[in-house]
Amino acid sequence: MKITIRVNGKPRGFDVEPNTLLLNLVRDGMLLTGAKYGCGVGECGACTVLLDGESVLACMVLAFDADGRNVETIEGLGEYDSLHPIQEAYLEEGAVQCGFCTPGFVMSTKALLSEKSQPTETEIREYLKGNMCRCTGYVNIVRAVQSAAAKMKGPG
Amino acid sequence: MSINTHNTHIVNGFAYHAPTSVAEATKLLDEHGVEASILAGGTDLVPKMKQAILKPKHVVNLKHIPELAGVREEAEQIRIGALTRLRDLERSIIVTEKLPLIHEAITAIGSVQIRNMATVGGNLCNASPAADSAQALVALGAKANIAGPKCERSIELESFFTGPGRTVLGRGELLASLTLPYPEEGSRGAFIKLGRTSLDLATVSIAVNAKMKKETVESIRVVMGAVAPTPLRLRNVEQSLAKKKLTVDAIEEAGKLVSESIKPITDIRGTAEYRRVASKGLAMEALTRILDGSRRDK
Repeated sequence: MKITIRVNGKPRGFDVEPNTLLLNLVRDGMLLTGAKYGCGVGECGACTVLLDGESVLACMVLAFDADGRNVETIEGLGEYDSLHPIQEAYLEEGAVQCGFCTPGFVMSTKALLSEKSQPTETEIREYLKGNMCRCTGYVNIVRAVQSAAAKMKGPG
Repeated sequence: MSINTHNTHIVNGFAYHAPTSVAEATKLLDEHGVEASILAGGTDLVPKMKQAILKPKHVVNLKHIPELAGVREEAEQIRIGALTRLRDLERSIIVTEKLPLIHEAITAIGSVQIRNMATVGGNLCNASPAADSAQALVALGAKANIAGPKCERSIELESFFTGPGRTVLGRGELLASLTLPYPEEGSRGAFIKLGRTSLDLATVSIAVNAKMKKETVESIRVVMGAVAPTPLRLRNVEQSLAKKKLTVDAIEEAGKLVSESIKPITDIRGTAEYRRVASKGLAMEALTRILDGSRRDK
């Protein structure tokens, strides 16, 4: 079946089977390999992408449910020489260790900061509880979100 | 087909249907019977399809039926469409203002990502004895409105569940909406969930909704999760509390009765013994919160 998805701002057409999962379309069909396959059952958050601005688990979304909608992945955020403030903050705060969970965390952070520009630590921990880091870097991740919030607010 | 050792794909193919009206949906469900699965948020169905626990030949996506989603205030009742996403439910002003107990129960479910996808109807139709939305909805006296190929029917939500993973839904039927009476004056609720982690299903949970007159219970509903094959309404506890002043002794007594009245099992989340002890504590905590709240009201 034919579907059209706006991926990181660019509309793209695909011919998918009904059983195609959005994550496999993103990774294998578009070669955007930032979003990761982790647990497959909705517990780890490694496959988090934004669907019309809201965080969802791409490994549990059927591709046809993204038809006509906006999909944002980590690749849409910044380039090597011009990182998004959230990416900068994660690097500066040492919130990236093995990196497997990072794209999911960064996309959840983007959704959080678009809903609430200056969240409290409790709000950050609550919002990010669907993303797991097995290098146990949560303290630095929370700091990174706070730092990103400050950067995006700008001076004053 | 791809190698699927880590459930990265849905291996089985299926015919996809996206009806745009309830009549069209119930006709499709009736036609394909047990070979059809309903797709709402997909947070339960999709993992089951990936693990080949379910292999439906037909998938009927209900997300293109606008009338099934959203929260509306009607003359005598509040209507919640079954396809309302949990995130939309928790953010609805009608829910936060008029049904705070639902807000509390819904925000305890899963993660933001899960709540962005999952629907309240899906949470109920999976009929997990631990589903967090069920207890609060039953405590508030929700009715389940069911659409079928030939007729519609409304039943009390507490009679909707018939066992773990089982509901009264027959061939061709779907859960269309929930209706709740407007809460009465002096009505207040408490929802508490115990889980291994905040992301997990409940080990034990409780929802209480009481109509209070100062510190005296006028009427009350006590509903527990994960302690019986279905969400369990404890009528004997409700009767023992009705017209009673909530004193420390009365709360202790009610906690004991709750613990004796549940039918828990031992599973990976906790033992039956643990559930008995914990349910007493949860009930006492819930009643204490209600009492504290009604004291503040004066």
